[in-house]
Formats: sequence, C-alpha cells, structure tokens
Amino acid sequence: MARVTVETVDHVARLAHLSLTPEEREIFARQLDEVLAYAESIQALDTRDVEPMSHAGTSEVLRDDVPAPELPREQALAAAPDADGGLFRVPRIIGG
Amino acid sequence: MSGLTALSATEIARRVAARDVSAEEVARAHLDRIAEVDGGVGAFLHVAAERALAKARQVDAALAAGGSPPPLAGVPVAIKDVLDIEGMPTTCGSRILDGYRPPFTATAVARLEAAGAVVLGKTNMDEFAMGSSTENSGFQPTRNPWARDRVPGGSSGGSAAAVAAGMACGGLGSDTGGSIRQPAAMCGVVGLKPTYGRVSRYGLVAFASSLDQVGPIARSVEDAARMAEVVCGWDPSDATSARREVPPLASDLGGGARGLRIGVPWRFLSAGVDEGITSAFRAAIDALRSAGAEVVDVDLPHVSHAIATYYIVATAEASSNLARYDGVRYGRRAGGGGDLKRMYGETRDRGFGPEVKRRIILGTFVLSSGYYDAYYLRAQKVRTLIRRDFEQAFATSDVIATPTSPIPAFRLGEKTSDPLQMYLADIFTVPANLAGIPGLSLPCGLAGGLPVGLQLLGRPFDEATLLRAGHAYERLTTHHLARPPLGGSR
Repeated sequence: MARVTVETVDHVARLAHLSLTPEEREIFARQLDEVLAYAESIQALDTRDVEPMSHAGTSEVLRDDVPAPELPREQALAAAPDADGGLFRVPRIIGG
Repeated sequence: MSGLTALSATEIARRVAARDVSAEEVARAHLDRIAEVDGGVGAFLHVAAERALAKARQVDAALAAGGSPPPLAGVPVAIKDVLDIEGMPTTCGSRILDGYRPPFTATAVARLEAAGAVVLGKTNMDEFAMGSSTENSGFQPTRNPWARDRVPGGSSGGSAAAVAAGMACGGLGSDTGGSIRQPAAMCGVVGLKPTYGRVSRYGLVAFASSLDQVGPIARSVEDAARMAEVVCGWDPSDATSARREVPPLASDLGGGARGLRIGVPWRFLSAGVDEGITSAFRAAIDALRSAGAEVVDVDLPHVSHAIATYYIVATAEASSNLARYDGVRYGRRAGGGGDLKRMYGETRDRGFGPEVKRRIILGTFVLSSGYYDAYYLRAQKVRTLIRRDFEQAFATSDVIATPTSPIPAFRLGEKTSDPLQMYLADIFTVPANLAGIPGLSLPCGLAGGLPVGLQLLGRPFDEATLLRAGHAYERLTTHHLARPPLGGSR
C-alpha cells in the first residue's frame, strides 16, 4: 500500500510538531517504509464482522460524583519551564 | 555483610522482622554493592542513598516499637525510571524530562513502600520505554551483568540488570510489549507482567495506554509473587484498574505441576528461534512433563501478525500520549525565537531521541487521514482475532509456554541501525499485551553462556496459576540459582 516518501515524513512531522533534520527525514522515510511493508501482512486477513478492540480492560470506571482534592496550583506549576502569575507562560500566540 | 545482597526477599523480610538484621544494614549492603559494581553495569540513573537509609530506619523503628512486620520489611528495590516518586527525578530515559521532579508517587511504588520495601533509586530504560535493549536511553547504556559487551534487554533493562547483579533484591518495571519479561529473560531473573488492569498505572508515565502494565522483577518466582501480591489491586486513581479481588499469590505456590495442562504453540515456535534457546525450552517442557504436567499442542493462528499489529497500535497510542511533551508544563524547553509552533518543534526535536521520533512519526501516520482504516482500525480488528486465539487455546490448557525471546542477549550496537530487526525480537512477548493476559518469564538455563527465559502465559487475572507453574518448575531445576560472573564481594 503506502510507500513512505520524504514528503510523507514531512507532512506527518508537521502534524506531530516535530522539526526534523534533513538526515532524519531521509532515514525515517526509508525505515518506516520497511516497517509498513512488513505490516502489510495484516491486509490479507479477513476481518469482516470482527469488532475492533481498543483495550483489554473492563469498564468499571464510574465513581460517585464527589469532588476530590486535586494538585495545588503551585505544585502543578512547579515543574514548568516558564510560569508567571499562576499561569504557564508561552511565546505570544495572538497579535505581536 | 556482603551475604545480604544474595538473600531472597522472603529471607530478608523474615530476618528483618525477627530483628536478626536491620533494614538499615540491608540497605547499606545494597548501596555498597551499587557503589562497587554499577560503574561497570550502568543500571541506575539515580541512587537515593539518604532517602533509602531514612526509610530503612523507619522500618526498623516501627518494628522496634512493636509494630506487626510488613510483608516486604526491609526489602531493597530498584524502580524503573518510568514510575514517579515524589521529590525524586523522573526522566523516563529522556532528555526532554531532564530535571523533572514529579509532585506525586506512583501507586505501585507507594504500595511497595507501605509494605516495608526500601527504594534504592531509579533505573535506566529505553527512552519512554520504547526499545528492547535499553540502548535508547538518553543518558547511558546498561550492560548485561552476564556479558558486559551485551545488552540487558529492554526496556526495563536497568531494573533487570540491578536485580541480576545483586544491587537490588527486587525491582519494578513496566511492560507494553515485553519490557519486563524480555530483560528478565536476558538477565537471568524472573519478571511478571500482570493482567491488564491488575496493577494501577497511576504515576506510570504513559507509553501505550491500552497495553502498559506495571510488574515485579525478582530472583525467584516466590519473590515475584510476594511483590505482586503487594502491588496488585484496585486503585481509584486509575480508571482502567480492575475491581477484582487479588487472591493470595505468595502463600499458595506449592501446587506442583501435576495435572497442569501446558499448551505449547509448536507451529508458532518453528522458525527463527536460536538453537540454544530451543533446546533449553524443550528441556523445560520435558521437565514439567516428567513432573506430571500434561503437555498439549495449541494453535494460535493469528499471532504471526502480532508484531505488525503491535507496532501499529502501540505507536498510534504513543503519538497521542507523547503530544504532552511540548515544553510548556514540565521538562526542557528549546528556544523557538518567540514563535509557539517553532518552540514546540524544536523542544521535541532536541528532547526526543531517534527511536521516539520514529515511533511518533509512524503512529501519527497510521492515525492520519486516508490511512486510519487501513492501518489503525484494521490492527484493532486483528487484535480481536489474537485475543480470540488465546481464549480458544485456554479452553484446552491452563498455561501456554513459549521461549520469552527468540534470541539471547545481543551485542551493544548490533541492532541499533535496523529498527525492524529489533522489533521482530519481541515476537513472543507482544501477544500477551495485545490480549491483555498475564505473562511470566523465568530462567530455564543458558545458551552459549547467556540466560534463556521460559515464558508462561495465563488466563486473564489468573496470575496465581502462572506463579504456581513457575514455582513448580523452579523446584525441578537449579537454573534460577545461576548468578552472573560479575565478581565483587557478594
């Protein structure tokens, strides 16, 4: 099916917010093409009427709707590379 | 004193409880052992000596005050650096988290400490648990204590090497596609991946959330069972943890092999397995048969597609999970020259190593428009077929046996340039993660002087049968008593 080219890697890298070097793009294109060529084997299987499996867990996930203590703001901000006034600071997004 | 680093968890807990030796002495002996041999192994990323001694003294003080002895009193453990401990660095083997100290402690670690275990430090791993050799660590390689020009396996290679070398009595790892079992096999120790949902993932850095599971690494099945009994169980902080009773695991090991139905998927094992591994595996099956087990042939018709399925599902989930490393809330941030998108891109390009980038690219690709149905959705359906294979096989067998790895520990650098070859070495371990079932690896001899692992797979939530079968095997042989020729004063 898909043949992975440098252009494919470029497109996907943009989606994933990864800046890659030209060497990385070429190596990844070749390696991913190999991996996907290997993964082609699953295309031949008959999967009609087979439900997709997203996880092996149970769904006992609901608890009573009672507020529980969360991480205090100072602790949540403590590991940030740049925090100010109780907020995470990032480069300007709008205007400028 | 040096003899303390050779003791089992069971023996340490018994002697500490009897106040025959103090938890502090046990911790000191292991810290000394780390100082003595870890320079040549590289198992630890962070040794928390003062904290370990303080915790050990707390265990001793509680016992001196007449407290009832906890099940792992004074047992020194090494924690894979994928699990958070409040105030201690968590790197996950990645430069992108260099300097991060989490504000909470993983439930599995908290349970060990509440049971009297003493955390010695954090161990090396493949970056974000992506790898089968621990060579993808952003910080250092770890060497196999059996042959230091070889890898310890991965991704929990640091914990496995630390336990094999007597630097820790037990350890915790995480297993997404074999990352507990495969390094345990390559380092000649025991590793258990419990059923998906059996152990809380709270405080475990996420790789592939539908596959990740925390579990123990130890030098005997009994020790692994003792640790599993402590870490297993429901946790409200993890929505995927199962609300299931945990039966006694350590006190109920003596059932023996008689009557046990062991399924062997011979067809699946027919090609690509190292000769020495095949002969050690056959000898293990023969030993269990002689002890009264019934060996039956089982068929797992779809497991030959497990690697393809796994590397689609796991990378898709990883690409989503690793989106959080954006240089905003924690970890390292790279410049970006005042532009947000460039800041994201440069932070991630500098912070992640090649294997992590490769998997993010692959995972983003299989989820992207135009390829989702052909890859991701199809892989999820094949995952259903693989799970059904196991359901059918467990109709005629109580456990399924395979080698843990098709190859023994390979040389450092041998497979780093060919990712597909590295992925193919996971063939026997990934099916359990896809199906969500428990898996145990235990030593079953040597091939060319290197440890071989016997893998036993069980029904969901039936860790007890796996551990009983493993313990029965250990009583038939002495393979689990073999120790690496590492030297030092043990």
